Amino acid sequence: MGLVIQSLPYLLLGALQTLKITLVAVALGIILGLIAGMGRLSRRRLTSFLATCYVDFFRGTPLLVQIFIVYYGFPQLLNEGQQFLMANFGLPQVLQTTHIPVFVAATVSTSLNSGAYVAEIFRAGIQSIDRGQVEAARSLGMTERQSMRYIVLPQAFKRVIPPLGNEFIAMLKDTSLLSVIGYVELTRQGQLISAATFRPLEVYFAVALIYLAMTFTISRFVDYLERRLRTGDHDRS
Amino acid sequence: MTMIEVRNLHKSFGPLEVLRGINCTIAAREVVVVIGPSGSGKSTFLRCLNLLERPTKGEVIIDGISLTDPRTDINAVRQEVGMVFQRFNLFPHKTVLENITLAPIKVRRLPAARAEQQALELLTRVGLRDKADSYPEQLSGGQQQRVAIARALAMQPKVMLFDEPTSALDPEMVGEVLAVMKDLAREGMTMVVVTHEMGFAREVGDRVLFMDEGLIVEEGTPDQIFNNCRNPRTKSFLSKIL
Ligand SMILES: Nc1ncnc2c1ncn2[C@@H]1O[C@H](COP(=O)(O)OP(=O)(O)OP(=O)(O)O)[C@@H](O)[C@H]1O
Ligand SMILES: [Mg+2]
Repeated sequence: MGLVIQSLPYLLLGALQTLKITLVAVALGIILGLIAGMGRLSRRRLTSFLATCYVDFFRGTPLLVQIFIVYYGFPQLLNEGQQFLMANFGLPQVLQTTHIPVFVAATVSTSLNSGAYVAEIFRAGIQSIDRGQVEAARSLGMTERQSMRYIVLPQAFKRVIPPLGNEFIAMLKDTSLLSVIGYVELTRQGQLISAATFRPLEVYFAVALIYLAMTFTISRFVDYLERRLRTGDHDRS
Repeated sequence: MTMIEVRNLHKSFGPLEVLRGINCTIAAREVVVVIGPSGSGKSTFLRCLNLLERPTKGEVIIDGISLTDPRTDINAVRQEVGMVFQRFNLFPHKTVLENITLAPIKVRRLPAARAEQQALELLTRVGLRDKADSYPEQLSGGQQQRVAIARALAMQPKVMLFDEPTSALDPEMVGEVLAVMKDLAREGMTMVVVTHEMGFAREVGDRVLFMDEGLIVEEGTPDQIFNNCRNPRTKSFLSKIL
């Protein structure tokens, strides 16, 4: 017990890192997801094909593998690409090192992953709005953009809050995978303390409880938001 | 004066040919009622008149402007053609007043105060002045449909299209919506109305078009169609609904 209390500050620091990377991942994921989600709904074949490829790849493969591709695979690509340019075109060496900082790899892999899930959330939210409303808007002379902005998105926005909250919780737990590339978040911090103290049971149990406290708090907050929004939602659904 | 001119209008959905060559001319201030069996293409015909569906072939001219000409600004033309749907299609996240003012403000660039004043006048006209701040879900079906009519009128269209405006209503609410439409007809609005309300067709219809399998099979005054129709398909249809 004393051990857990002693290591608590370190674990909380780790939890802070966990929260930080999750926030960054989901925030960038929302931007990527909005683009990819709209892309999937685009009438232009190529746009919707590319968006679908992106979404399918990142939802259909394990996050751990995606992390490895970014952290280990991408530097290799940079390195070999540079070698190729130097050998064949006589270009000078630009990159001294092709190693990617852990934080960058962590951000890139989790954001790309989150963006794919968020894209599906936005797509479903937009598609849940009755087509008849868009037709009514168009029949009043509104452009496609205006009907998106004034009719579809304001209603879709309310509907995506709960699934976005779930995505945030899922991502918060999944960032534990970043421990394998040495990103010092909560799980990695637990590993380090456990290795130093030989008390895995207490340490990992404390780690689990901290995750639980975070996810529990967030899910209550999302419930609260959902209730707030429902009272303001004048749709019959 | 001709308000709507339709020439050899065709519309296919993939292999399915829904409209197979419609020709008709509708004068300004005329009220035309379209009847016909389910699937005969009535809705599709109406939706081609404001380009919610793009015709596959043929021409639609409204007030001298060809909708089928690729150079025509569709959004500009749609402002002149109001449409009322079977399922109302009000915007659920906006109040009754906002439903009516949105397009005039965003599309016609009317100042908000002017748009609100106009909306309140229209609401008075359809008998719903006291519902301005309600949300659509708080209204009955008949009230929602009257708001939908006011919303379309707020764009000051030259033509109003109605697609079975009373079919989704409980019987006791049909009358209040028809009353608003009758007023509109008497004020001289050019109207194309798909409906099975024969009383309405008789009372305010100038002309009835009977559609079957993507064609206008017979047309005439309400009296001609309802009492003396010549085509056997019209006869058999009317015997089912009258
Ligand atoms: N978007 C579409 N895609 C494919 N087929 C369609 C589409 N819209 C209509 N149709 C088909 O076109 C035919 C005519 O439909 P339409 O809605 O115009 O008929 P209607 O006369 O209005 O019938 P109802 O009285 O049932 O409303 C039907 O067979 C329908 O299934
Ligand atoms: Mg129909």
